[in-house]
Amino acid sequence: MSSNKKYWKSVEELNENSSIVETLKQNEFVNEIPTDEFLGNKETLEETSTTRRDFLKYVGFSTAAASLAACEGPVVKSIPYVVQPTEIIPGVANYYATTIADGFDFASVLVKTREGRPIKIENNALAATNGNANARVNASVLGLYDSLRVQGPSKAGDSITWSTFDEETGEALTNIAAANKDIVLLTQTFASPSTSKLIAEFGEKFGNVRHVVYDAVSESAALDAFQAKYGERGLANYDFSKAMTIVSVGADFLGDWQGGGFDSGYSKNRVPDHGKMSRHIQFESNMSLTGANADKRVPLTPSQQKQALAKLHSLVVGGSVSTDLPEHINEALQKAASQLKKAGSNGVVVTGIQDVNAQTVALEINEALNSKAFDKAAPIKTRQGNDKAVAKLVTDMKAGTVGAIIMSGVNPMYTLPNASDFAEGLEKVDLSVTFSLKADETSTLTDYIAAAPHYLESWGDVEIKKGHYALTQPTIRPLFDTRQFQEALLKWTGNDSSYHDYIKEAWGTTILGGSSFNKALHDGVYVGTIATETQDTTESESVESEEEVTPPGNAARTLAASVKSNSGLELTLYTKVGMGDGQQANNPWLQEFPDPLTRTSWDNYLTVSKADADVLGLVNTHVATGALNGSYANVSVNGQEPIKVPVMIQPGQAKGSVGLAFGYGKTLGLKEEMQTGVNAYPLYQNFNNVQSVTVEVAAGEHEFASVQLHNTLMGRGDIIKETTLEIFNTKDKKHWNAVPVVSLNHVETPVTSSEVDLWDEFDRSIGHHFNLSIDLNACTGCGACVIACHAENNVPVVGKEEVRRSRDMHWLRIDRYYSSEESFEGDNDKKDNISGLSSSLSEFGEMESASENPQVAFQPVMCQHCNHAPCETVCPVAATSHGRQGQNHMAYNRCVGTRYCANNCPYKVRRFNWFLYTGNDEFDYHMNDDLGRMVLNPDVVVRSRGVMEKCSMCIQMTQKTILDAKRDGREIKDGEFQTACSAACSSGAMVFGDINDKESKVAKLKEDNRMYHLLESVGTKPNVQYQTKVRNTTEA
Amino acid sequence: MKKSYQSLEVNLTNNMIQVIYRKLTTNSLRFGFVILLAFTTSLSAQDGDSAKGKSLFNANCAACHTLDKKMTGPALRNVEKRLADDEGLDREWLYAWIKNSAGMIKAGDAYANKIYNEYGGAAMTAFPQLSNEDIDNILAYTAEEKKAPVVVETAVASGDTDADSSGISNEIILGALAILFILLASGLYLVNKTLRRFASAQNIDIAEETKRKPLWKAFVQNQFLMIVVAIFFLLASAYFAFGYFMQIGVDQGYEPVQPIHYSHKIHAGDNGIDCKYCHSSARTSKTSGIPSLNVCMNCHKSIYEVAPETLAEGKKIGVDYNAEIKKLYAAAGWDDENQEYTGDAQPVKWIRIHNLPDFVYFNHSQHVTVAGVECQTCHGPVEEMEVMYQHAPLTMGWCIDCHRTTNVNVKDNAYYTKIHEELSKKYGVDKLTPAQMGGLECGKCHY
Repeated sequence: MSSNKKYWKSVEELNENSSIVETLKQNEFVNEIPTDEFLGNKETLEETSTTRRDFLKYVGFSTAAASLAACEGPVVKSIPYVVQPTEIIPGVANYYATTIADGFDFASVLVKTREGRPIKIENNALAATNGNANARVNASVLGLYDSLRVQGPSKAGDSITWSTFDEETGEALTNIAAANKDIVLLTQTFASPSTSKLIAEFGEKFGNVRHVVYDAVSESAALDAFQAKYGERGLANYDFSKAMTIVSVGADFLGDWQGGGFDSGYSKNRVPDHGKMSRHIQFESNMSLTGANADKRVPLTPSQQKQALAKLHSLVVGGSVSTDLPEHINEALQKAASQLKKAGSNGVVVTGIQDVNAQTVALEINEALNSKAFDKAAPIKTRQGNDKAVAKLVTDMKAGTVGAIIMSGVNPMYTLPNASDFAEGLEKVDLSVTFSLKADETSTLTDYIAAAPHYLESWGDVEIKKGHYALTQPTIRPLFDTRQFQEALLKWTGNDSSYHDYIKEAWGTTILGGSSFNKALHDGVYVGTIATETQDTTESESVESEEEVTPPGNAARTLAASVKSNSGLELTLYTKVGMGDGQQANNPWLQEFPDPLTRTSWDNYLTVSKADADVLGLVNTHVATGALNGSYANVSVNGQEPIKVPVMIQPGQAKGSVGLAFGYGKTLGLKEEMQTGVNAYPLYQNFNNVQSVTVEVAAGEHEFASVQLHNTLMGRGDIIKETTLEIFNTKDKKHWNAVPVVSLNHVETPVTSSEVDLWDEFDRSIGHHFNLSIDLNACTGCGACVIACHAENNVPVVGKEEVRRSRDMHWLRIDRYYSSEESFEGDNDKKDNISGLSSSLSEFGEMESASENPQVAFQPVMCQHCNHAPCETVCPVAATSHGRQGQNHMAYNRCVGTRYCANNCPYKVRRFNWFLYTGNDEFDYHMNDDLGRMVLNPDVVVRSRGVMEKCSMCIQMTQKTILDAKRDGREIKDGEFQTACSAACSSGAMVFGDINDKESKVAKLKEDNRMYHLLESVGTKPNVQYQTKVRNTTEA
Repeated sequence: MKKSYQSLEVNLTNNMIQVIYRKLTTNSLRFGFVILLAFTTSLSAQDGDSAKGKSLFNANCAACHTLDKKMTGPALRNVEKRLADDEGLDREWLYAWIKNSAGMIKAGDAYANKIYNEYGGAAMTAFPQLSNEDIDNILAYTAEEKKAPVVVETAVASGDTDADSSGISNEIILGALAILFILLASGLYLVNKTLRRFASAQNIDIAEETKRKPLWKAFVQNQFLMIVVAIFFLLASAYFAFGYFMQIGVDQGYEPVQPIHYSHKIHAGDNGIDCKYCHSSARTSKTSGIPSLNVCMNCHKSIYEVAPETLAEGKKIGVDYNAEIKKLYAAAGWDDENQEYTGDAQPVKWIRIHNLPDFVYFNHSQHVTVAGVECQTCHGPVEEMEVMYQHAPLTMGWCIDCHRTTNVNVKDNAYYTKIHEELSKKYGVDKLTPAQMGGLECGKCHY
């Protein structure tokens, strides 16, 4: 019941005729509120007749109108060619064989182009040498579409024309030559017969020309040792497929040691075949990719490495050296030596110690073993840098005797340890020209920046190995007004022919010996029968004799004696798989590429052993989001200005040693997002990658972008199955690769049995049924597949912050696990022996941290394409479903982004688009500018915000293979089906194919004893198989 | 539309001239209406049959020559007279030239070499198979007088007349009826008014109608009816709203105006050019490909204007085909006067008609080459389309319908042999549809 009570607010209301009450009824406020004034211009607001309500009406109407109008489709224009090139059919990819030779990476590759745009790099199967693209080479295609490339020649920052450039530089060079001053060509290693010839001609024309070859990361010691021993400047070649016992002392030969490219040969003998596989013993300081793959890894400091190598020499070759190595290293060396001796010519020793004596010792051991893997006849030519010549150049420049310096493919201001000296010298040079892709640290200091083309826009030739030639050809017309170094040399020498004609002529007269140039160009490679003598104008002879190389035999003793005892930590500078020497630092794919070992992207860091970290007070912590943070450390060499570096505690790092990667900390010529890490080159004193340093804890905490935050397996043997060669050879499969069982009516039944399956089985025996097999023995963790997947599937780059939030988009990741005991087997034993609550709490806790020298295992994980997929059943809109060919489909346009599927996936391979990475300025990577978008694969849709995505098992590639066969009316042969990752895998670890074709390789692998499925006990029946990892632990 | 021509022969100067009459309205009389056609026999020299000559000319010469325009070779109208007047060369010279021009050049004939050099050193193909009589016929054809240009207005006017003569159009009938009804209504109103005036004049009371509740008010007050109507309206609007939303993004019938009026009807229909001659990549690629301009120029280098009849046809729909060909020349950078490319090309920005969303993968070669589907199955009667439009809705339902009902073309395709055998046994059918082969799986088109 309502009340008739009247409530009043003031006494005034009792007065019926109060004017105040009346006024307040109309106006809430007695005084008018000066809305107009605080909203802005009072006069204009008063003049206008638009009220607030009107404004809202207009807004409402225009929004409605706009959304209605949005229903109209946009007008799409199609612009055909005026004259269509005959070789281009829109929608069909063309492949060109070419060769990357950027001074650090040398590889013969196939370039996939669509409508004239290079979009992907693939391996060149025809190449006998370096036909495999590593992660950086795979990513190099993106460098072509770098928005920060210099787009034309410039002088002191102002753009000029090439004719002005020719005129001015030509005149300057003539004057300098007349003044009898030095003209210096400071270049990367070209290893190019034609360029060498051209430089010789340039020298003839101007006289006083000096060609200094400079490798940012030097292999000078190995070159000097080889030259002293065999009289030719080159690097000994090693074919690891011929070695059954490999001993490496500090050589990261699966990484960038001697130019890299050894992994495919190495992997061949890593897969047990007829009970045999190679044995690999690694002595090293930093945990390298090679060490991670070794059967036995002995951590030791760089100075101990020298002693160890000397000792190994004495044990294998004879002689005696005095060393003070700890007992366990001595023992390991003795075993290694006896195994080497047993292996005889099947053994090989390599070393990465940058010391002429050490390199000589390694060569001597291999000579003594008569190693089949060791090849001195056809040395590698891809490193020709000469440290002494570079050092002399800097001195000469400072002395003012250098009249002109022309640089190509080098960035000394970034890579030289004494960059300030170089800058000082540069000021005294009359003419300085840099051929560069970027306005970087060096080119901005020189008089002229000569815009250089990307290798995909250039001509070139390379002699990768003596007698093994490769050709570089353009795959796209130059995007900008660029000219390559060799073209400029031609101009300066007054030669009117193009560099292409020049190469063709040079090849015709010296290399080809009657073979067709066009065929060589088509193949990209040519193996010559006559080795040509290329006479460099390199100054090697003049500076060579300055330091006497110790005569053979004494090398080992000298090496052992050269070890000075020091109190500080020993720093080993290394190159990361993703960044190399730092040329491609502006490449977002490589920045986001997680390091295979630390699984950290967007950074370099000081790797420190746990023991040293404890002493120094350095820590790594996990913050609330799970992300990794680390302390900073001040690192200084010889009392120089210390540099502040974040610290990563690295299991397996030798006590007393630290590591730091090159390639980071660039400041010019790259986007702000890519300016990550610290520059390690200032620590690279005297081009020695081992430095004695002092490390102190510094203030602050660094935020890492790590994609794997849990490092150990905790004894979960169903993720990575592992066994030793001995057990593998002697015991039954069920001992080392048992199928998990469940209890059915108290009978142990294998989970693969249909009786314990809740799911209906579908008949997949008709048509194709794709499977991917991953051999954990052959996989080296190199990561080429990760970048290949990025390129093929338009996977977005999300940036450091997002990676920290675990929002990385990699469809394919390579998990890296450390054992928490000495070996994974030890982990399993420990886990099995845990009993009781207190024991489980403490021991499981212990298992979370990795051992000091752990075993390491790599495991590529992508969508497992489960036949009984947990993701499919939980999707409310049926956006993900299974195909008959075994692929788990993802219809992006159907997905509404509930993310149930990702939650229900036991393998955690689904990735969610948190943002529109292609149209958001916060993510200023290649997908956000028109130039960078040219790399996108037109056959794969670019996903938008709010959509789940994942590995499709490259359905666009399998469908294309099928269509090609249908069009030709033929059956499909084994090996035709490929995915981006399996095609990129040079080690043969990934094999893709149709298991309904019983003769196919993958069908046979499925029946292999080593085959298992990831988390088999879950019963998802994946279409990705793994092959059990077998370690050769047989000690001699 | 067929136009009737009447001809009568008039002797004008030295030639017989054919005059064509059309049915003309008085209006169009003031425009030039006479169409002249050159006709046969020059008075000079030997006679030849120009009709035979025309067919011989088209078969042998037309690839490089036209009558009035310099192309690969010189224009040939009155060539004999020109040669006789300017160079003093007789028919014998022509016989020799046509049968073996290279020989004459080699032999050092002055004029032969002059011509050879003038036309960029391209020797004329030898025609030893032509007899002297054939050449006579061809020369007779070349000696015909040029036709007077077709007078455009005539065609337009005649078009109008044709429309009138085809009978009284529906509009006129409707208009007449409307006028009739208006007259009737006003008549009745006037009658009513007059009657009332009569009534008031004679003081006759017209019984006022009793005020009844208006129908709409009764309707509004009837709640049941209101509810029924409301439900009806809701359902109806839901139906139309659904229909509206479902057609968003469906552009069936989309017929944009293109930068160059290209008639598929003329090319694919009248001239029967195979679709895949121009859209060649449909055989091998996912896209059918819009032909590049060099494909157009393959033919249009020599087809610089359309036949007068076609031109007249075009005028009726407001298109000047010759002007469109000029647009093509401008785009391709073709200098028609000097018969050479200027290099100043302007790519044509066609408006794309068939737009599949980016998340759909469609491959033409799969359908054209493997399945052997006719282009018309999806693109409709293109050979009848003056202006290209989107025939099919291109919706997913449309795709799937076809995949469910069409049989896979497995004949003589080794790829299908095994899978067809196994699958047809499994499903117990003779022929398989794409759906049975997995063609309905999401990932087959969406990736």
